[in-house]
Amino acid sequence: MPTQTFKLNGKSVTVDTDDDVRLLWVIRDLLGVTGPKYGCGINVCKACTSHINGKAFNPCSVRVCDVKPDDEVTTIEGLADGDELHPMQQAWIDRDVAQCGYCQPGQIMAAVAKVKQCQAEGRDLDEDAIEEIRNICRCGTYNRIREAIKAGAENM
Amino acid sequence: MPAHRAPTTQRSPDEKAGLGRHVASRRRFLGYLIAAPTLVVAAELTRESLWGPSEASAASIPSGPQTPELYDLLDALRDAARPTANLIRIEVNRDGTVSFALPRSDNGQGIITSTQMIIAEEMGLEVDQVKVTLADARPELLFNQLTGGSSTTFTTYTPIRVAAALAHGQLLKAAAAELGQDVAVLTSRSGVITGASGRSLPFSALTEKAANQVTEQVEVTLKPKEDFRIIGKSQNKTDARAIVTGKKTFATDLQIPDALPTVICRAPDLNGYPEDVDNIDEVRSMPGVTDVEMVGTGVAVRAKTFGQAIDGVNALRVQWAAGTVAGENDESVLAQVKKAELPLAVPAAGGATVEGAFTFYFRSNSSLETNCAIADVRSDRAEVWGPMKNPIAAQAEIAKKVGLPSSAVTVHVTEGGGSFGRKLFFDAALESAEVSKKMGKPVKLMWTRADDSRQGRVHPLATTRIRASVAADSVLSFELRHTSVATEVNPGLGEPISAAAFKTPVIGNLSLSESIFELTQVTPYNFGVSTRLLNEVDMGFNTSSMRNIYSPDVATARELMVDQIAAKMGKDPYEFRMEFFKNDRMRAVLEKVAEEGDWGRSMKKGTAQGLGFHTEYKGVAACLVEIDCRPETVNRRIRQGVTGPRVTKVTYAVDVGLVINPRGIEAQMMGGINDALAMTLTSSLHLDDGHFVEASWDNYFYTRQWNTPPEMNIIVMDSTADEPGGVGEFGVAATCGAIACAYARATGKLPEYFPINHKDPLPFEPYPTVPPIPPSPTNGLETTY
Ligand code: FES
Ligand code: FES
Repeated sequence: MPTQTFKLNGKSVTVDTDDDVRLLWVIRDLLGVTGPKYGCGINVCKACTSHINGKAFNPCSVRVCDVKPDDEVTTIEGLADGDELHPMQQAWIDRDVAQCGYCQPGQIMAAVAKVKQCQAEGRDLDEDAIEEIRNICRCGTYNRIREAIKAGAENM
Repeated sequence: MPAHRAPTTQRSPDEKAGLGRHVASRRRFLGYLIAAPTLVVAAELTRESLWGPSEASAASIPSGPQTPELYDLLDALRDAARPTANLIRIEVNRDGTVSFALPRSDNGQGIITSTQMIIAEEMGLEVDQVKVTLADARPELLFNQLTGGSSTTFTTYTPIRVAAALAHGQLLKAAAAELGQDVAVLTSRSGVITGASGRSLPFSALTEKAANQVTEQVEVTLKPKEDFRIIGKSQNKTDARAIVTGKKTFATDLQIPDALPTVICRAPDLNGYPEDVDNIDEVRSMPGVTDVEMVGTGVAVRAKTFGQAIDGVNALRVQWAAGTVAGENDESVLAQVKKAELPLAVPAAGGATVEGAFTFYFRSNSSLETNCAIADVRSDRAEVWGPMKNPIAAQAEIAKKVGLPSSAVTVHVTEGGGSFGRKLFFDAALESAEVSKKMGKPVKLMWTRADDSRQGRVHPLATTRIRASVAADSVLSFELRHTSVATEVNPGLGEPISAAAFKTPVIGNLSLSESIFELTQVTPYNFGVSTRLLNEVDMGFNTSSMRNIYSPDVATARELMVDQIAAKMGKDPYEFRMEFFKNDRMRAVLEKVAEEGDWGRSMKKGTAQGLGFHTEYKGVAACLVEIDCRPETVNRRIRQGVTGPRVTKVTYAVDVGLVINPRGIEAQMMGGINDALAMTLTSSLHLDDGHFVEASWDNYFYTRQWNTPPEMNIIVMDSTADEPGGVGEFGVAATCGAIACAYARATGKLPEYFPINHKDPLPFEPYPTVPPIPPSPTNGLETTY
């Protein structure tokens, strides 16, 4: 069986599994890192949103063989700096965003990437930018998410 | 069950003004001290002496009020919970913390947090010193382990306080003995009791001393409301940090040894089932696959990863039996529902007739966490984990399914990733047990999104017809007929309702759903002769409530007709409602939204305001929305998304009785408002040739960031009530009504069906039904940002 190697939350990991297994299942089922959630498996709901080399992506739609040994995959578990929460996580707590919480790891990872994208492109983090975020929240927490993104961005 | 007598006292002004508020004096309650090495208490409620007779009376329901104004679903659920509520226990641990296993299910509605608040309040603790977990199935609790109908806080508020107050009293007594001082001079704060001398003792040092040798009954007085310092103040959810760091554990996150990912291959038809598999051995040898077995609902594939289980499922060639609605589609189902519509009586009183008929299509209550459960079934015992709102019924059904006595089945309730009514049922738990037994191995069973959307439970297709007869200044009659594909009522919800049946004269002869309809629906206006009837057609669908069964649809139809009647009389929709409301509590919330939302401000062509109102759950709610139906808004383009009319602003005022956690209530209203947007404007299921077409979120258009109102203002009204009402579902109905009215005013067209986009051409290419699961793309690295 092929051996797959990449970096997950700062550590190099190696697993034996077939090339076409999607990265989400490698992370969740084989490595037991369960922050990224399954919500559709087809790159629609965005519940699995994580980062690859600092950019948002959806591991449900990436084959494990397409990730290289020096690719840095970061899940929600790797966002904080030790006990020090990322400003976006703190904003989420301050605004009491989460309800069931199932979508929230993906929402936070998407929010961080969107803010960085806007900063890099010199765009305002306005309503239009926020409405590019496609993540579903079936509990309907969208309005607090909007407030939290803006608050979190101020400290990024 | 307590006996119910006719009320002998005058109804209080509060009750005349509002809906079923109970005026409580400082009644004394009974609690139990439990024999244990550390302090353990339980709440015992001998119903009559503590709660007084129900306000509903079999002898004399006046003709004016409708049933829910006197005795509603929450009362029924609470009354059913009473005889067993004494079994809930609070324990003071050796480390000074306090533990309580809540016999309810938390799917994000924040009841763990509010329960921590209630206990902390009564015991002088900080919220984080109270540990609340979800109890395993406890059959001895009978009806009292059901989470539904927005009933949790209403049913558990007093019993939990009684237990907490008793525990605190015992700790104070133990401290008094230890310090040699009178209880009256002691102060208690944050788990530390301090004497007049300044010497203090933590709960940890007192719990063994406060423990009882024997179990005995004692009297308790609760903390007066005026002294509350936690209840009524906003509190963030206590699991927020776990959530934002990815540590909160859902059922499929649990690591149960050898419980490998398992997915079921399901039929193309709704509820079709397998007859034979052509290539079972071929699939058994696929990469990662460990087991493949035919079960009742399909063919189960167990593998090392969910991805490999899905590949196995999609490779299966199965002979399927037809489903329960083979060949049917939306219009054929609607035709059958229409045939079952009860007639509107010809109004005897005369006056002009205002009439409306509305259709509500199927909607999915799929939460973001799909149906899932873990099962480990052995020859002599079974253990099951899953998000279940009704674990006692689940335990009994699982036991039956796997041929074990109930006592050999342990059911663990996990925190759920949303419910909205779906997790009243335990479809996945039952399946997981069947699969585990058949394979002889533990399984982690998960429905894929396509399963959840196509084969999962739905909010039923329904019609509402209304006829009113209107004179110059009054409404002489208002008849409402709701006709629906039958809503399956969970056995656990049925029992308390049936038990309630003998408490109200109207309920006696009604079916279970008719009872729920009768217990929940009120026309809040003085409209003369007012009747509301439900008829249901059982058609083989898998149904359940979705943040309420009937109210959102009934409110949509009712509020639209209220606007029509107002127009007929030449009155402003706001003025009209204020004039015809039954009481001032209703007027107060509408007045609030009109004021805060600037009712009547001038609006551009193609945009409009709309009002909605609803009463339920011991509360009242009003909503004012602004909608934008101009072409440049309606025709916005978003990839794989639906836009359409945009609700640009929502002002919502809600009076839910005693407020425990304002921030939690706001959150629930926000969720309900976003649901209402979806129900009214964007999301429905289409039935075609015996199956639902929608297979994922790119087909089923639940509210997204680009739909949600940029402006949302939620006002939680101060209340003088002594008890909390229901919250979880209360944001939806009034908002649905307001959106529908705003849309009708903006476009000049009275919509006849909901959601309003249901008959638009499908904005997607449907996924095939065979193979059943859309395969995961491989191009995810092309869409990074
Ligand atoms: S699970 Fe990856 S986008 Fe939905
Ligand atoms: S918080 Fe439940 S899905 Fe977003």
